[in-house]
Amino acid sequence: MLITFDHVTKQFEDGTIAVDDVSFSVAKGKLVTLIGPSGCGKTTTMKMINKLISLSSGSITIDGTDISEQDPVELRRNIGYVIQRIGLLPHMTIEENVALVPKLKGWKKEDYQKEVDDLLDLVGLEPSTYKKRYPLELSGGQQQRIGVIRALAGKPPIILMDEPFSALDPISREQLQDELKLLQKNIQKTIVFVTHDMDEALKISDEVIVMKDGCVQQIATPDTLIHQPSNAFVRSFIGEDRVKQAIETTSKRQASSVMLPLTAEVLQESTPRLPDSSPLQEVAKMMLTSKANKIILMAADGEATGWIAKDQLLKELAGIDMEVI
Amino acid sequence: MEHLQVFMDTVVSRQDLLIERTIQHLYLSFIAILIAVGISLPLGIYISRNRKVAEFYIGITAVLQTIPSLALFGFLVPVLGIGSITALVALIIYALLPILRNTYTGITGVDEGIIEAGEGMGMTQRQILWKIQLPLSLPFMMAGVRTATVLTVGVATLATFVGAGGLGDVIWRGLQSWNNSLVLAGAIPVALLALLFDSLLKFVEKKVTPKGIKY
Ligand SMILES: Nc1ncnc2c1ncn2[C@@H]1O[C@H](COP(=O)(O)OP(=O)(O)OP(=O)(O)O)[C@@H](O)[C@H]1O
Ligand SMILES: [Mg+2]
Repeated sequence: MLITFDHVTKQFEDGTIAVDDVSFSVAKGKLVTLIGPSGCGKTTTMKMINKLISLSSGSITIDGTDISEQDPVELRRNIGYVIQRIGLLPHMTIEENVALVPKLKGWKKEDYQKEVDDLLDLVGLEPSTYKKRYPLELSGGQQQRIGVIRALAGKPPIILMDEPFSALDPISREQLQDELKLLQKNIQKTIVFVTHDMDEALKISDEVIVMKDGCVQQIATPDTLIHQPSNAFVRSFIGEDRVKQAIETTSKRQASSVMLPLTAEVLQESTPRLPDSSPLQEVAKMMLTSKANKIILMAADGEATGWIAKDQLLKELAGIDMEVI
Repeated sequence: MEHLQVFMDTVVSRQDLLIERTIQHLYLSFIAILIAVGISLPLGIYISRNRKVAEFYIGITAVLQTIPSLALFGFLVPVLGIGSITALVALIIYALLPILRNTYTGITGVDEGIIEAGEGMGMTQRQILWKIQLPLSLPFMMAGVRTATVLTVGVATLATFVGAGGLGDVIWRGLQSWNNSLVLAGAIPVALLALLFDSLLKFVEKKVTPKGIKY
């Protein structure tokens, strides 16, 4: 399911502009993360997708249909939603909580019972132990897992998750992140994910949307984001350490990963040579010491396999997109 | 011991009167509560979904509550005459506030996150009311009914002044004839009834509290 935001703005009655002219789209089967400091409008952006919050202007479409033309109840039954505050129904058992949407959709009893068991297994909670318990009889982390699987129940093609793993210990969090990633790959869920945690965002996202004060700062893949933060805010939000680390990782990349195909012209000159398994750092060092503008790379048997030019290497190390220049 | 003997003699010799008045008292209280619940519960649900008017309705019932009970009976007589209708109206007016207020605070007190989850999952407003808000606020409503009932059983002793009978009759007769035993024979059942209903309804309150929210 393709979700598209087109110049969406939300101004609350009290005048707060929580979301300011935001446009982006989430392709089918992709996991897109909204990240930004507290109060930047992540939750508001997310809640506009299932119409819990109305738009002030702009439009949101899902698979080409404007959501303003859709019945909210019908729409929501096909969009799983993990709310920031967990929101389990305290008077219903875990089983009843998880089965809620399937029941609303009119599933047969044996079908939704199986769904509940499968989902509990998925998050490592033994069905026979936990099904009949009430939410308050679970730990915070366990409740959060139930909140997550409740959103998956009923097999919605779209899932919205508002800081779904915030109450989990690092190990369970990693585990659920992996599960989520797997789930999304295997059954092609379109997921919009809100988080504060940059590591989490970089790990699970196909694309990251960085927000600040209701505005989008950058939309990029985790790799691009970390190598090419679009402005000082994004850079500081990612964290200097991560940016530096990314550059370090780049400089350790093998030369063969960025080399260009050989041409007769390059081969003719007396160009310095290096093994193509050398890290980019080595290539740079060689260029500096030999004052060369090019380096020819060769395989283990000494045969030339490609070459790197100085300006290309610079761009690569600085994390500048070749196409942009 | 002598006093006790006199009291017991009074109870025995007036037992027909006592039984009749107790039944009358119960009847008045019961009907009044029933009608008050019939008004306050739906009204409480209504104002919990139209919060702008909530203040207004709760305000009215609160003002009515502040009228001294004897005065309220007095006000109603010129309008409704004397008889059980007048007594019932007065009792209903008294019972409205506790039920209305508890229903309102019960429903509006349900955690926003829970409501949001319900909405987010595609429950209709009606489903949210019946499956979330009402079950979760039922203990509050019952507490309101309990308060109202205890109050009504007490205030119903004044029904005698508008000719509606009840145990107030017995008390009043005792007072007029300087018969302390008779006063007590009327007052003690009132207190017992209040206590009885209180514990009975407390039990019901516990029963209706959803399992998951008993800590
Ligand atoms: N109902 C509302 N009325 C007025 N302002 C609101 C309302 N809801 C949110 N806001 C404001 O809109 C802004 C964005 O809120 P939002 O909840 O989307 O932030 P967030 O990015 O999800 O933050 P957090 O990370 O803390 O959850 C905040 O300034 C908030 O105070
Ligand atoms: Mg939020």
